[in-house]
Amino acid sequence: MAAAARKSAGAASKPAKSGARRGPKNTPSFNKEEELHAYREMLLIRRFEEKSGQMYGMGLIGGFCHLYIGQEAVVVGMQMASKDGDQVITGYRDHGHMLVTGMDPKGVLAELTGRRGGYSRGKGGSMHMFSKEKHFYGGHGIVGAQVSLGTGLAFANRYRENGSVSLTYFGDGAANQGQVYESFNMAALWKLPVVYVIENNRYAMGTSVSRAAAQTDFSKRGLSFNIPGEQVDGMDVRAVREAGARAIEHARSGEGPFILEMLTYRYRGHSMSDPAKYRTKDEVTRMREEQDPIEQVRRRLLGEWSLAEDELKAIDGEIRKIVNEAADFATNDPEPDPSELWTDILL
Amino acid sequence: MPIDVLMPALSPTMEQGKLAKWLKKEGDSVKSGDILAEIETDKATMEIEAVDEGVLAKILVDDGAENVAVNTPIAIIAAEGEDVASAAAGASSAPAPAAEPSAEPAPEPAAEPPPEAPPGSAPASPAIARSASAYDAGSEVPEGTEMVEQTVREALRDAMAEEMRREESVYVIGEEVAEYQGAYKVTQGLLQEFGARRVVDTPITEHGFTGLAVGSAFAGLRPIVEFMTFNFAMQAIDQIINSAAKTLYMSGGQLGCPIVFRGPNGAASRVAAQHSHDYAAWYSNVPGLKVVMPYTAADAKGLLKSAIRDPNPVIFLENEILYGQTFPVPKLDDFTVPIGKARIHRQGDDVTIVSFGIGMTYAVKAAEELAKEGIEAEVIDLRTIRPMDTETVIASVIKTGRCVAVEEGFPQSGVTAEIAMRIMEAAFDYLDAPVVRVTGKDVPMPYAANLEKLALPTVAEVVQAAKAVCYK
Ligand SMILES: Cc1ncc(C[n+]2csc(CCOP(=O)(O)OP(=O)(O)O)c2C)c(N)n1
Ligand SMILES: [Mg+2]
Repeated sequence: MAAAARKSAGAASKPAKSGARRGPKNTPSFNKEEELHAYREMLLIRRFEEKSGQMYGMGLIGGFCHLYIGQEAVVVGMQMASKDGDQVITGYRDHGHMLVTGMDPKGVLAELTGRRGGYSRGKGGSMHMFSKEKHFYGGHGIVGAQVSLGTGLAFANRYRENGSVSLTYFGDGAANQGQVYESFNMAALWKLPVVYVIENNRYAMGTSVSRAAAQTDFSKRGLSFNIPGEQVDGMDVRAVREAGARAIEHARSGEGPFILEMLTYRYRGHSMSDPAKYRTKDEVTRMREEQDPIEQVRRRLLGEWSLAEDELKAIDGEIRKIVNEAADFATNDPEPDPSELWTDILL
Repeated sequence: MPIDVLMPALSPTMEQGKLAKWLKKEGDSVKSGDILAEIETDKATMEIEAVDEGVLAKILVDDGAENVAVNTPIAIIAAEGEDVASAAAGASSAPAPAAEPSAEPAPEPAAEPPPEAPPGSAPASPAIARSASAYDAGSEVPEGTEMVEQTVREALRDAMAEEMRREESVYVIGEEVAEYQGAYKVTQGLLQEFGARRVVDTPITEHGFTGLAVGSAFAGLRPIVEFMTFNFAMQAIDQIINSAAKTLYMSGGQLGCPIVFRGPNGAASRVAAQHSHDYAAWYSNVPGLKVVMPYTAADAKGLLKSAIRDPNPVIFLENEILYGQTFPVPKLDDFTVPIGKARIHRQGDDVTIVSFGIGMTYAVKAAEELAKEGIEAEVIDLRTIRPMDTETVIASVIKTGRCVAVEEGFPQSGVTAEIAMRIMEAAFDYLDAPVVRVTGKDVPMPYAANLEKLALPTVAEVVQAAKAVCYK
């Protein structure tokens, strides 16, 4: 994976806005507030996911639990580029997406533990959570389903002319589902305001991209529908935000869908019970050591922005506190009342 | 406070494992994400990562230990700034709260009595029999209402047009619904009145446009999805069931899906197996859906209007052969029929015949034949299959003591099987004969005219079944 953002051939993307400060490798820069914001948000996801893994190990979380560790820059950068009212929809690897939309970590973690204070009152679990208030539309367990659904959110935006954009996330594996292309076709045909964010973390469970995809450059997957696409260094939150801003602007201005392929990596197994034997330890270690999205920002904060270690420690402390409080809540909140079995089937 | 590292469960079923190898040793400093050790289960070797920062103060379970139970403390980490020696000495006697493995996993639901199913959501119980009363569909149309003759096709079109005038968020989407005026001309004139924004022609892309419509319903629109025929909805059944039907429950009541899936269902005429499937039983199996299958034009109109207003996903099963049939339809500004209520189509005391949709054509003709022979059949049109109006059926069976259930669908796990079961559950003691069903034959629909006839139910079969349960 290239560390720098690459533009794919054929993508009709506009050049980056002039005047933006550019870092090394022509990456756009953040100001200090943006760096701090990204740092906090990514760290919250990382610590939340580590805690989830730990609680899974303790038997407090059941079923399937897919962690987002390693991919944090993708949702954080995209969310920084979006506006209030823009919808987010994704698959089952959804904890990070929920946290960036501002959903309460307590409610998310309590859903993971299947408690009544969870976002779905304990009836959805890790893969199925929603918050209409925060414009988060799930949390879907069927690989690829969210792509048509997210296109439908965009259809509703256009129907109402509300100026919102649907951010529809899916994996490199999901990108091979037929309904993705059915959706691309309709989105392009009707110029729907949707940004397709393909989180290419190189594996779908144990299947590497090269074993599953005839065209491994996912940014080109919209070419036959004339949907512009771009590959983005998904480990660099600045590159994500910059590309995200352009893609969202494209969609919002009525030009139709845009595809962003985020080159990213998941550090942990596919789900908790995956020993990840399909890749080398060395590969994982290299990604963590050389490209970790949080470490990148941390280094800039300590270097370029001359923050003291203590200042970052204080942030770490705050985040740990949020996560520990969420864990306490999720551990002690009661299970749903048995009467919940029969509610929410029909309105 | 020192932190216990616990033997983790790596799958929902893991109870113990082997501590294969420590990758850190006592005194090493660790940070989040560092790999501490490898453990082996019967399925795989996995790594344990540190979640906390500090110094590995003490290893409690050595390399190679077998059968280490999940949640056993295996090491102690002294948090930053803590004294390593005292952490090592003290921690296991006073474990950190997070390490408490039996962390009181909330009240046992089993301790409480099993929750009662709310009425109407579950199959009938004998309790229903005692209080069963038939629904009076006559009350749906005020006395003296003028009736106009209309085809089912026109009634369906009017229902959609009326609801689209009433509510701006209602739109129609599907193949050939707009410019072509509907593959079966059900959406005739809608494009002209409502425009292309609200009458949307799609590419041939069932899976995609169904998912799109469901997504738009999550966002608050009220789509009417037309399937050219329900056979093609199999391409989209994942979105119908997994997304439309289940999301309300999985979201704890947050995300409803006000959507209607409609189109012709079941056998048409000489179109063979792939174009003739009856899906009534399939969809009626799914909690979170309502399933409606009207017979008359009046019911088609009143039920479709109710379905469009319903906040839940409704499967609305039409029939190509019925489209052209004419029935009296009440001339009212706003005629609706409630979902979930049967209609007594014909009264009688000798035998109950229950059916729905096109199955009613056999039931009605059979009742006429039977009358000639002095057997008065009560014919019940279920109209809605889910939720099923069991009460009206039971009330009738209590009166007649005999029942024949009729459908065009396949026998196994069919709607008539469900009807028979409900009668047995609620009115067994009232039966004077076993319930008999008349269904489509258990074969893919053949093309040849004679074979197709043989595959479908016949009036003669219904007559014969009714006589059999009357022991005549
Ligand atoms: C339709 C469907 N098929 C298979 C699965 C099982 N499954 C769950 S996740 C997954 C891999 C998906 O990989 P990708 O899209 O790359 O997402 P990632 O897990 O990498 O985030 C599979 C095969 C499923 N949930 N749904
Ligand atoms: Mg993947």
